[in-house]
Amino acid sequence: MQSLPTPPGQWLVLLPVLIPLAGAALLLLLRQMKLLQLPLAVLIAAVTALCDFVLVMRVAESGPQAMTMGNWLPPFGIAFTVDALGAGFAFAAALVVTIVLLPLGADAPDRARRDGLYPQVLLLLAGVSGAFVTGDLFNLYVWFEVMLIASFGLLALGRQPMQLDGTVKYGFPNFMATSIFLLALGLLYGLMGTLNMADLIGASARADKAALAAIAALLLVGFGMKAAGFPLNTWLAASYHTPPPAIAALLAALLTKVGAYALIRSLAMVLPDARVMLEPALAVVAVATLTLGPLAAIAETGLRRLIGFLLIGGIGAMLAGLALGTEQGLAGAASYGIHAMLALGALYVIAGLVEKLTGAGDTRAMGGLLAMSPLIAMVFGLALFAVAGVPPLSGFWPKFLLVTAGIDRWLATGDMTALALWLAVLLNALLSLIAVARLFAHVAWRAAPLPGFAPQGPRQVMLTSREERMVLWPAALLVMGLVGLGLWPEPIMGFGMATAKALLDPAAYIAATQLAGGSP
Amino acid sequence: MNAAMAVLAGLFLSAGIYLLLSRALIRMLLGLLLFGNGVNLVILVAGRLSRGVPPIALDGKLPLAGAANPLPQALILTAIVIGFALFSFLLVLAYRAYQSLDADDTNEMRVAEPKGGPEPPLSY
Repeated sequence: MQSLPTPPGQWLVLLPVLIPLAGAALLLLLRQMKLLQLPLAVLIAAVTALCDFVLVMRVAESGPQAMTMGNWLPPFGIAFTVDALGAGFAFAAALVVTIVLLPLGADAPDRARRDGLYPQVLLLLAGVSGAFVTGDLFNLYVWFEVMLIASFGLLALGRQPMQLDGTVKYGFPNFMATSIFLLALGLLYGLMGTLNMADLIGASARADKAALAAIAALLLVGFGMKAAGFPLNTWLAASYHTPPPAIAALLAALLTKVGAYALIRSLAMVLPDARVMLEPALAVVAVATLTLGPLAAIAETGLRRLIGFLLIGGIGAMLAGLALGTEQGLAGAASYGIHAMLALGALYVIAGLVEKLTGAGDTRAMGGLLAMSPLIAMVFGLALFAVAGVPPLSGFWPKFLLVTAGIDRWLATGDMTALALWLAVLLNALLSLIAVARLFAHVAWRAAPLPGFAPQGPRQVMLTSREERMVLWPAALLVMGLVGLGLWPEPIMGFGMATAKALLDPAAYIAATQLAGGSP
Repeated sequence: MNAAMAVLAGLFLSAGIYLLLSRALIRMLLGLLLFGNGVNLVILVAGRLSRGVPPIALDGKLPLAGAANPLPQALILTAIVIGFALFSFLLVLAYRAYQSLDADDTNEMRVAEPKGGPEPPLSY
């Protein structure tokens, strides 16, 4: 057939997966060298982030990059194809893992380290990166499972009864979600005879519309459950507050975004006709997620559970962008994903610090943070208001895109769905603002806990210098990123617009995949 | 044969979902197992079944007419291995949860989300 060697540049596409995967194996081999584990893990994650950055630059310069395994031409070989969306998300994910590894290392008990904490974090990164760079739907399923098994391990690490409970509630629905995804894949293969994304784009235009809609609905259920879209999001509220804060930061930053990414990739790019057919369902899910997330956050008193509900509201924003389906809408969804990864990672880490200082996990027993440590209160507040989308922080711009997309589509077509989505995004912004303002007032502003609520644990008056270095500064770095992206939104907005253009016109993506590994 | 296998896959899936609706962890696990096997059958049927012709091609020739489709088999093999790993983890997890929470009914597992949650904060 053909035996051209793979050009060296194409290996770059593989590196974001290969490096953390090999790194996880290396750390397992070196498990006796306890002092080396954390620095090595940070180094490996940082190198991955660097590769992702180079990839982002290459994609921006010369369009989607592809690499085909074993030189089997697509659609027979498994292709890794990276476009702007995949590269950007992979870069943000690796960056967050690099930074959050520090607080993870500061907090982790010896037992967790012995049980393979760092290899599992790197495996999680490998799974997430794999999901972002793959160009094959079955391969996407494999990366989902890699990610899933690593997240199971991370959630249960430490084996507290609460964690076991959380892991059970997390494990069953997520395993079910990937099974439903696999079911959809089987049917899709039966209908189209291919699972390569670039190949599917062409084939889906000719396929039977009714069958396509049914398969896309299964994909929506599977990915929607992963992304924590209403009504399949109760697992998130039941599990994300149970592990140590830094682990929750990792999971919150990465996992649901992969679900939302898979929805955007499969519905907006691969099966665009099915997205149009599913639009009413998508809109209902998006509106419900947008409003119910922050409403639950207003009613919640557990700090980390509350953040979980804010996270769910953010997923609603990404779903709204997908439901709008216009260039601006998709741009809003993609840029919101990047913002949410950074913001949620920071917020969970700081929440851990706040719980330490106030000696409580319940907001009613908190208070006086501002007097205790103005710096931490400020970092906490900035992260909170970024999540709520208050200008000039980074959460504002993606929501601005979504609001303009909604109103533009409504004015152009008079479409009631667009109007509902527009209203829901605005309502979400208002409710989130109420939720975070009340939270900040309760935790930082109020001088003392509510009468009758004493902190359960001891209050730690000062952070140790190790905690400052390994927990506060990394979190502050992420928050500075949020402020920076808010004041200079060009990178994140440009990323969003480029991504949306590429998703709506996948010709370059197809071309990159077909030519991968040499010409036939 | 394709139709019969499709019906069989449907039976597997529905039995799996029925068991998953239970609140006992062991039943749910069995439900996941059945559901996963049903999905594997769906993939097998999706590749269209045929009998007795192996998918082997001689050098430079096309495979025989009516040869079995090897791709679904490769997909299923992967899915079985992955599913087995996850299932084993969930099995151990269910046992550990039973030991430390003293419950195999998901309604009784209320450590992470205690019953009778607090009222929403009323200040501010």
